[in-house]
Amino acid sequence: MADGQLDRRDFFRLGLVAGPAALVAACGWDGGAVLRPRLGAISRLNDWVGEHVLLSSSRLAPTYDRSQRSGTMPSYFISDNTPVAPDAAGWGLEVGGLVRKPTRFTRPMLEALPRLSYTVKHHCVEGWTAIASWAGVPVSTIAAMVEPLPGARYLRFDSFDENYFNGWDLKSAMHPQTILAYGFNDQPLRPDHGAPLRLYSPIKLGYKLTKYLTRMTFTAERPGGYWEDQGYPWLGGI
Amino acid sequence: MTSSSQPFPVAGAESSARGVKRHHGLVRAAHWINAAVLLGMIASGLQIYMAFPHFGMKGRVYPVPNPFDSNSLHQGFPEWARLGGWLAGGLNWHFALAWPFVLTGLVYVGFLILTGEWRALLFRPRDVGPAIAMQLYYLRLRRDHPPQGKHNALQKAAYTFIVILGALSALTGFAIYKPVQLAWLTTILGGYELARYWHFICVWIFIGFTVVHVALVFLADPASFRAIVTGWYRGKFPSHG
Repeated sequence: MADGQLDRRDFFRLGLVAGPAALVAACGWDGGAVLRPRLGAISRLNDWVGEHVLLSSSRLAPTYDRSQRSGTMPSYFISDNTPVAPDAAGWGLEVGGLVRKPTRFTRPMLEALPRLSYTVKHHCVEGWTAIASWAGVPVSTIAAMVEPLPGARYLRFDSFDENYFNGWDLKSAMHPQTILAYGFNDQPLRPDHGAPLRLYSPIKLGYKLTKYLTRMTFTAERPGGYWEDQGYPWLGGI
Repeated sequence: MTSSSQPFPVAGAESSARGVKRHHGLVRAAHWINAAVLLGMIASGLQIYMAFPHFGMKGRVYPVPNPFDSNSLHQGFPEWARLGGWLAGGLNWHFALAWPFVLTGLVYVGFLILTGEWRALLFRPRDVGPAIAMQLYYLRLRRDHPPQGKHNALQKAAYTFIVILGALSALTGFAIYKPVQLAWLTTILGGYELARYWHFICVWIFIGFTVVHVALVFLADPASFRAIVTGWYRGKFPSHG
């Protein structure tokens, strides 16, 4: 018998491994109806690890000098044109849900609260980064004012950019660098970056940072999200 | 199999008519699962890369060599080479396959440590001379095959290097997966943008390794292919030591 010759059984065993791998690689699919839910389940496991093992409530994202700002900071919204608040003059942020004191915050009310500003790196899920400055009110400051009930475990952020919304874990939302931003690069937040108010945090990917905010709701159930419901990782923490 | 076909004596190892038992079931399982998983990781990684086919920050491309820098999504990697269909699909495959990729790597390395088999695989300073002799043989500048144990010095170099490459792939991956929570790691690797580049470079080294690895299996010792499938080796080289 020549050295290294394979019998039929060996080829069968090899096929067991290589066959599915080649099939999957050749199809370019997102898992299909059978595998997609399983990939989603693993994504939920990764969310759990990301929130409970890797995320620190006190670890701060690195900050940069203003001179390190990027020349370009892409704007992004899902509407065909730059979204404009239906009643711009009467705009306010409705904070409610599982809280003791539901409150409507106008822009002057928010700007009167202690302000946090920083220059941080923005990470997009696509793989690009950009450094910019943001200014606003920590979400934790607003939470302390409306007094969440014990059952509140998540936050839902709604916008007037069509049906764009996001769901957040409370741990990330209460992180000291998570803010409701009304300032961008030393100027008032511009309409192409989410004016009059947007969510910002250097500990999340860009698609988690809801722009054109209308409502902030404390919930017991995990809210989905515009991109998250289409398959993007829910936590989006970095 | 007769002893006359063996240039080196085989002793001590479990042997029978089926040959010599060379690879434990755990090693074979780790090898093939890792091979399939790595294929999926690379294909889903190429899908993810397509979303931003550059290295550096937005509007500030780093001057690093990248033949795959592209300003058109249509110039990217062909569909057959990608897994996931779109960015979210690629991400979900990538982050799901990362578990078995890391776990098979840890099982493999753990097995080598616990059984002492690392001794036959780890490339050490004393292997430099034999590695040169082996290279001369492959280049046909040396007539006789240098004596060897289970693996020759060049194989030790390759199988040590590939474990390091696997670890680097995982570390650069974690550095760009959680660049804030694992900022210390990301910083060591030169920051998010460079870590993403090193992660990409690992892919091409893996592909290059695989091409040479498979070519050498069939050119130098086809019997070793049977061994990594069935565990039993009946080729011409010693299977232990």
